[in-house]
Order: sequence, then C-alpha cells, then structure tokens
Amino acid sequence: MASVTKLLRPVARAAKVSRPLRPAFSKPAAPQIRCLSSTAPRREIDISEIPPTPITHLSETEALMADSVSKFAQDAILPKVRDMDEAEAMDPTVVEQLFEQGLMSVEIPEEYGGAGMNFTSAIVAIEELARVDPSVSVMVDVHNTLVNTAILKWGSEALKKKYLPKLATNTVGSFCLSEPVSGSDAFALATKATRTENGYKINGGKMWITNSMEADFFIVFANLDPAKKYKGITAFIMEKGTPGFSIAKKEKKLGIKASSTCVINFDDVEIPKENLLGNEFEGYKYAIGLLNEGRIGIAAQMTGLALGAFENAAGYVWNDRKQFGKLIGEFQGMQHQMAQAWTEIQAARALVFNAARKKEAGEDFVMDAAMAKLYASQVAGRVSSQAVEWMGGMGFVREGLAEKYFRDSKIGAIYEGTSNIQLTTIAKHLQKTYTK
Amino acid sequence: MSGLRILVPIKRVVDYAVKPRVNRAQTAVETASVKHSMNPFDELSIEEAVRLRERKVPVSEIVAFSAGPPKAQDILRTAMAMGADRGIHVQLAEKEELEPLGVAKLLQKVVEKEKSDLVILGKQSIDDDAGQTGQMLAGLLGWSQATQASQVKIEGDSVTVTREVDGGVETLKAKLPMVITTDLRLNEPRYASLPNIMKAKKKPLEKKTLKDFEVDITNRLKTLKVTEPPARKGGVKVEDVDGMIAKLKELGAL
Repeated sequence: MASVTKLLRPVARAAKVSRPLRPAFSKPAAPQIRCLSSTAPRREIDISEIPPTPITHLSETEALMADSVSKFAQDAILPKVRDMDEAEAMDPTVVEQLFEQGLMSVEIPEEYGGAGMNFTSAIVAIEELARVDPSVSVMVDVHNTLVNTAILKWGSEALKKKYLPKLATNTVGSFCLSEPVSGSDAFALATKATRTENGYKINGGKMWITNSMEADFFIVFANLDPAKKYKGITAFIMEKGTPGFSIAKKEKKLGIKASSTCVINFDDVEIPKENLLGNEFEGYKYAIGLLNEGRIGIAAQMTGLALGAFENAAGYVWNDRKQFGKLIGEFQGMQHQMAQAWTEIQAARALVFNAARKKEAGEDFVMDAAMAKLYASQVAGRVSSQAVEWMGGMGFVREGLAEKYFRDSKIGAIYEGTSNIQLTTIAKHLQKTYTK
Repeated sequence: MSGLRILVPIKRVVDYAVKPRVNRAQTAVETASVKHSMNPFDELSIEEAVRLRERKVPVSEIVAFSAGPPKAQDILRTAMAMGADRGIHVQLAEKEELEPLGVAKLLQKVVEKEKSDLVILGKQSIDDDAGQTGQMLAGLLGWSQATQASQVKIEGDSVTVTREVDGGVETLKAKLPMVITTDLRLNEPRYASLPNIMKAKKKPLEKKTLKDFEVDITNRLKTLKVTEPPARKGGVKVEDVDGMIAKLKELGAL
C-alpha cells in the first residue's frame, strides 16, 4: 500500500500545482485602485519586508490617543448619553468638546488647524467613542471619513484654505447622497444641477442625511447632465443658509437617536463656481471611493458598540446580579455565550483593523472594508441583543444602556451600504478571482 | 527675573480603575499585562504647571521626569501632550523598584542639574501610597514645602498655597524655590487633545540611566509579604434601638 501512495505522489503534487494559489495568502498584488484617503499611502515602501505584527498592535501615538479618547468619552459623554437619546438631540456642548479635543479633524493636517493623524487613528477614535455612544461616534465618523476626506482629496487649494480650518474647529460637515429614489442604487439620484452664469443652480432633495441639524457645511451630489446617467453626477459644496436650502423634516428613529437625520430640500439653490468640488462629472467616482473607506469607519463604530454592550453586561453579571446563590456570570450557560460573543467581537475587530492597515498601506481594501462592515454589524447586532438577555430585567429597562446599544446596532446593517450590498461587493470580488 | 523652571516628577502605576491583585508569590501586586497609566496625582501636578503658565505666571519651562521601565515613556508623552515642554526618562529594568528616599535623592540631582525653582509632584503614588517623596526632597534640598495643595498662587517669588486640613483650610506662604505636592481638589486635569498628542511627538524626550546621576539608591526596605485585605463580613440586623445599643455594648463600642 505504501508503495502505491509513493508512486502516486508526483501525480498528486502535479495536481496541486495546477490549482491557483490560495488568494488569501498570495503576495500582495500591486494596488489596483486609487487610494482615496487623505493619509498619503506608503506605497513607496515595500511592506512585504516588514516583519508582521499583531493586527491589533497600535503605534505609540494611536495608543495614547485611544487612552485619551476613552477617558474623554467616559467622563464627558457617558453622563449625557441617556438624556441625549431620550431628547433625540445632540448636546451642543458635546459637539464643542469634540472640536476642542481635535476629534473632528483627525486627518486634517496641522497647517489647516487639524491633528494631522493617520487613518487608523480615526478608526481608533470612532471605536472608542462608539463604546460609549454610537450616536456621537457616527457624527465624528461622517465628519472625518466622508466630509474632511473629500475636501482634502479633491478640494481646490482655495476651498481647503477656506473650509478646512472651519471643519477643524467649529463647523460640522454633512454628506448628502441618499434620496427618496436613491439609496443602495446611489446613482439613481434625481437632484439636478444646471450651469448658470456664475456657477450652478441646484434643485431637488435629499433624505436620511446624517448630521444635518448640526452641520453648516454640506457636500451635495447632483446630476449636471442626466443624459450621461450616473456619469453626470457632480459634487458641490453648500453652506447652510444659502437661499433655497431648507431642512424639511427631522426623522424620528429606532436607534442612534441623538444623531440627527433629516430630509433636505434644494429650491433653486445658487452655488458659486468655486464651490464645485473637484471636477464636473466625477462625483460618482468620489462617492464610491469615500464610501469604500467610510465603511471601515462604520465597521469600527459597530465593533465599538459591541464592546460597549459586552462590557456593560459583563460588569453586571460578574459583579452585581446573584441568583440561586451565585453570580449569574458563573453559570456555564452564561459563560459559554459570553466567551462566544467575545471571540466574535475580536474576530470582527481583526477584520476592521486589517482593512484600515491595508488602506493605509495603499493596498486594495475594498473587499476587506465590505467584509469588516458586514461582519462587524452582524456581531454588533447579535452581541447587543444577547447582552440585553444576559442582563434580564435590567437590560430591558431604559435606565441602563443595554437596550440602547441593541437599538443602535440595527443601523449598522443599513447605512453606508446595506449588508446585502456588502455581500454583493464581496461576491463580485470573489467571482472575479475565481473565474477562469 | 527669568521665568519659572518647573520640574514635574511623574510615575507610571497600575491604572486606578483596575482592581489590584496580589501575585502568587505574595511579594507584590500583580503588574504583568495589567493596564498602567499616569499616577492620577501626577496628572494634577502637570495640569497645575500648565495652568500656571496659562494664568500668565512667567514660566520658562515645564520638564516632566520619570524613573521607570521602558514603558514609562508613554506617560511622559502624555505629560508632554498635556503641556510639558520636554521629558526626561531614567530607564529602570522591568523589576527594579526605587524607594521614596532613592527617588528623592535622584530628584535632588535632577533639580540641581535642571536649575529648577519649583517642583510640583503628587502627594502620593497610588501603588505604594507612601506619601513621602515630596517631603524628603524638600528636606534634601533645604527648600520650603507645601503638601496636599488645593490651591496655588504665585506672585513674583512669593507662593501662597491653600491646603485642606481636618475641619478647614490652612494657608501657607513661602518664597521660591519650593516643593509643592498636589491633592485631588487642586484642579481637573485636561484630556490630551489630538493635535497636542501629535505635537508631543516632536518634543524632546531625553533618555538617561541611574548611572548618569551618581546617587546612592540602595533600597533600605524589605517587603516580607503582601496579602489582600480580609474580605468584609456581612453585618447583622437588629430589631430596634434597644437591640442596637445592646449589640454595641456587646462589641465594646459603647
């Protein structure tokens, strides 16, 4: 028998070689996409020479800022979380403090009054904030990963000089893409732009716009030439208060209630020529790029939320609640659930940080970002739901935060690409890899 | 007069939110893979130094100093992110421990070398809780000292320190140079903001070893055993006032 296998070995070997290498471990291919972040990609460095470190390893600066943000969130935000949720409004002092801490300008360079940090720092900050309040976290996420990045990447020098110092110190930004007729099909948008003598005129409306109550600065996507279909989409900068701009309605939501979400109308809004962002007809490209990396931010918000929900419940079951003469966290039925949940959280975090590092390294991260967001939002949904059950009655009442984490988790599967859209993105990549 | 040269010694300790546990050998508190951060009283010291400068007291330099393992560098960066101008790190081996007198002797050398005229340090570190270093340093330097400060005012070379004592406040007045130790109600330390964290990266951090200072830091104390405090026993319920008095008498409290 042994001789038979020996005889067959070369055949088996040949068969193996003919199959493609497992893509997950193949040498990183040359970056296939343009890196769209404000952090300069370190493409000139061949990272294959650098000894790999644990994915969760943070640089000294990142670790220091994680500590500082966590402390700030615990002391300054936590006491207000419940009230802001009940009031369905963001406390203006929180917004002010976020600016003071530099959390609204993570990647804006120092010369424009920002912190000048890297992309992963922003991810760390978003996660730390979400551990305490996912609503505050999403405000910081949208402002940093979508708005600031858009200006840094495509804003003219004049736009950067005019707006970045404001975005770094006192002006909240908002990103207006979704419409009643356009969500997952982002490019079905119906808002129209027409050229005028001095610039552009915009007509139409947007829906589900995050930060719109607090924001004074809006990036608006509109179609400048509907005949070109999605290739007519162009990005504009609009300030609140421009005649014709109005907020029609503030939505009442299931979760992240303190974060504002509104319907916005544009009625002949005149925009000066210099408020064109980047070039005409390139809006769709900008939007895709921004959303691809924005997803890593939402994924971090979801892992932060899962951590927050877990820690909140763990504190209760291992310290406070006793049944049948022992702490409920000592029952094996509880322990196994919690161990499983913790493992899933860490698996999701590995995806998130890996996507962030790949983006910084200038590698193709689109599928990684999609996987991170998909999985992180699923884990957040599962863990925050279980955490309510672990805490029993205390989880169900609105006195603590367990039920809030649960409600807040739902949005993770919806915004910045629904879970189905993430799955489609991942499947497309896979099909491309495996099509012979 | 040129501005004040403030020295702020800081220590890396087990984070205040972590429940300390005694190690298996019962020789010390477990420190391996436990979250560490800056001693909370030292945060107050840094904050006070920075606020003195913000209150327009002429301050020419704020130097943060720490003697500790390589990781102590983190808290020096934090101190610089909060507003210290530079840091000095005396690197100790992982298990090397200094006693208050050793630290005070070391600080004396630093003060002489840096020509400091004000030392602000925490009244105690939350790991050993010795509460001695500031006083010993003042003694070695022959300087005035004001411990457990709840308010500090500086006008020219005259310093007024308010300290909370049992039943009231005590106000001390002394001339510079001086040693001040800080207490909880002195101020509320700021969070290091992101731009300041980035600025701190560019501030100089000098690395030194004990050899550079030529001080006798031989330890004089020996730890025999470390144990957890006994678990608190539950109390008893009494029926009424008479019952309570009887119980108190029984326990010898009345």
